Order: sequence, then structure tokens, then C-alpha cells
Amino acid sequence: MATESEALTAQFSGRDLTLFRGDRCLFRDIGFALQAGELLLFEGSNGSGKTSLMKAIVGLLELESGVIEWNGKPVGEQRQVFHGSLVWMAHRVGLKADLTLVENLHFESSLRPQSADDLDSVLERLDISRLKPLPLRSLSAGQQRRVALARMLLADVPLWLMDEPFTNLDREGRTLVMRLVKEHLAEGGLCAMAAHQDVDIDATVKKVVL
Amino acid sequence: MSAPEREVPGMLDSLFAVARRDLLLAWKRPGDVLNPLFFFAMVCTLFPLAVGPSAEQLTFSGPGVLWVAALLAMLIALNSLFLSDFDDGSLEQLLVSPQPLPLLAIGKTAAHWLTSGLPLVLVSPIVAITYRMPGSVVVVLMLTLTLGTMSLSLLGSIGAALTVGLHRGTALLSLLILPLSMPVLIIGANTVSLAAGNETYSAGVWALAAYAVGALSLAPYATAAALRISNE
Repeated sequence: MATESEALTAQFSGRDLTLFRGDRCLFRDIGFALQAGELLLFEGSNGSGKTSLMKAIVGLLELESGVIEWNGKPVGEQRQVFHGSLVWMAHRVGLKADLTLVENLHFESSLRPQSADDLDSVLERLDISRLKPLPLRSLSAGQQRRVALARMLLADVPLWLMDEPFTNLDREGRTLVMRLVKEHLAEGGLCAMAAHQDVDIDATVKKVVL
Repeated sequence: MSAPEREVPGMLDSLFAVARRDLLLAWKRPGDVLNPLFFFAMVCTLFPLAVGPSAEQLTFSGPGVLWVAALLAMLIALNSLFLSDFDDGSLEQLLVSPQPLPLLAIGKTAAHWLTSGLPLVLVSPIVAITYRMPGSVVVVLMLTLTLGTMSLSLLGSIGAALTVGLHRGTALLSLLILPLSMPVLIIGANTVSLAAGNETYSAGVWALAAYAVGALSLAPYATAAALRISNE
């Protein structure tokens, strides 16, 4: 939970967040405060509202009460700036199954700021460069997750939001995700992650238990 | 990495990128484009077979039949406008992108019109032969269909955005769109009839153009709001 002084200096924070879905209260009065280089972990059992919290953060769901702030200003007042500072790895990959991964990533590049990283080197790192000519539908679920990771790496944004990033990934893929997150944090990025399993990382980890 | 002035791609770039992506998808799945087109061509060619080949009757009913068939073909095509994006989660990604949603909606609707409205316009002179339409009337038909299908795509995008979260929302979509599309149908069909009767028809063309401009300026905002509601 965020204390008052922490929340003042934080780059990304939330206060008194409450969300209802229908009559059911998913969470009440939760808060967090995150600085550059820190990892925020949402913990909770299935159906506890981790995904809903993520959706509320990106503005897809409306909070009953509470404020989410980015660089000290409520995100509601600077929606475009906030959306330009984040990339969201949702539960569904959100890429077109009929297009190849290059076509998909090329489209994504017109939406948000792009890093200077070269596409080929990113694909090489994620071990998916040999899949370049294939339409996404012929890739396995884990390979599609890796394409979603490529979208993250290619975007030049400080905040990574990851909803269950380990789903469908093999052991190698999971260590890869942790290594990428660690590098991102080391470069001064922020990451908020919803995960079932324990995350073992050499960085400041803050937890929100739902 | 943490430099505050990161370059967000331009708004028009994202509009064209969305349109280009949807055209590419249509190219890879031509069935979705051809279905409404076949429907249009079939209704228009079957009608004369059913009512008989009397020239007088065909010239009289031609404009109406062509316009009704075009309207229904547009309705069939509309259902798919946001559906695949909703199903695979790419709509969510568009909603959380830093680009203005109304512009992305225009991009999607433009690509949709290019793959549904424009083919109808291009095929209409061929089916118009069945109705013994002279060349000068065919030009009017194509002009009114161009303007009319633009309005229908734009208005339809609002309905498609509202019903995308409901499974099998086709009937509801038609109900929502039909009242708004009635003026297009009435003015469009009458304008072609007037042209066929050698009367002045320009008022109808202007009215359709005005309707299209009105739809273009208002519909994207309504579509964007509807998309946000559907994604809650």
C-alpha cells in the first residue's frame, strides 16, 4: 500500500481504487506507488480482479472511485500522454491472425513511439525470426506471445503492463520474459505485472494483493 | 529511454495505417468482400427473371430494386466491421493507443467502404444493363450510390460499434441503422428515377452529398464513444 510521501514522488501511482462489476465489489481502496526501475506485482487468485484492475488502469473500465496518476497528474486528464507512455500485453495478444508478424508489427509501429531497436535483432532475441513469412494463425500460442513481447520491445515507452505474461510460454520463454523485464527496469522503466506464480527478480518489487 | 519527448506517430499516419491494415486483411480473405457483392448482383439479376422482361416495368422498378439491394448488401457487410478486432483483442489495443479513436474509426470505416461500398458502385453499371438503363442514368446511379454507400458505411459504423459486444447482434444492428438510412434510400432511388424520366435530379444528389458530409463529421465521434461502451 502506498503511503502519502511515497505517492508524492512516484511516477505511477493509484489511490483508493475501488471497482464494481455489476453488484460485486472486485476490490476496494487499494493503492500503489511506483518509481522508475520498480516492478509492481498484482497478486490474487483466479477471478480476484487482476485483469479488471489492469483494464481500469488503461481506461477500459471505469473505476467506482480512486485516482490513478502518471507523473503526478491524473491519467484521466492526460489520456493521450499516458497511453503514449505505456504498452499493454493483454491476455489476448491483440494481433491479426491473417497477417504475418512483420505486417502486424509494422502496423503497431504507427500507433506508438518506437525505439531505435532494429526489428530483425529483436526477432532474433525472441527466437522468432524464422517465423517471419508465416501468418500469425499458423504460430503456436507461445510463439504468438513472443510476438506480443516483440511489440513491447519495439515500443519506446517507460511503462509495461503485463497481464499474465507467462501464459503459454515454455521455461526458456519465462526466463526470457524475466530477463527482458529486468533490463527494462534497469534502463529506468516501470513494469506492472499480474501473475499467479512467484516472480524471482533482482529489482525492487512492490506487491498489491487483491 | 526515459527522455520525455518521445515522438508519437502522426495522427494521419495512424489513420492510413489502420485503413491499410484492413485492406490487407480484406485482400487475404476475399470471401468477406465478395459475399455482399454476390448478394447484390444476385438480387439485381434475379428480379427481372421473376417479374418478366417487360421493358416498361423494368425501367420503372430498376432504380428502386438496385437501391434496396445495395442497402441490404451494405447491412450484410457492416456486421463484420469491428467483429474480428473485438474477438482477437486488437480493438482493446486500438483503444489504449495514444491515437485519437475517432480518427482510427474513420480509417476503419474508409477501408470498409472501399471493400463494400465501392465494389457495389463499380458493379452497378453491369447489373443496370438488365434494367435497360441508358448511359446517362447509369452515371447518376453510380454517383448516388457512391454518396449513399458512404453515408451508410459511416452510419453503420455507429451501429456496428454498439452491437459488437453482443453476440449475434445483426438483427439489432439492422434495427438501429434502418431509420437513419431511410432518407438515403428514398432520396437515392428517387433521384435515379427522376434522371430516368428526364427530369431535374440535382437536388437529390446535393441532398445525398450533404447527408454524407454530415455523417462524416458526426459519425466518427459516435462510433468512438460506442466502441468504448462496448468494451466495458
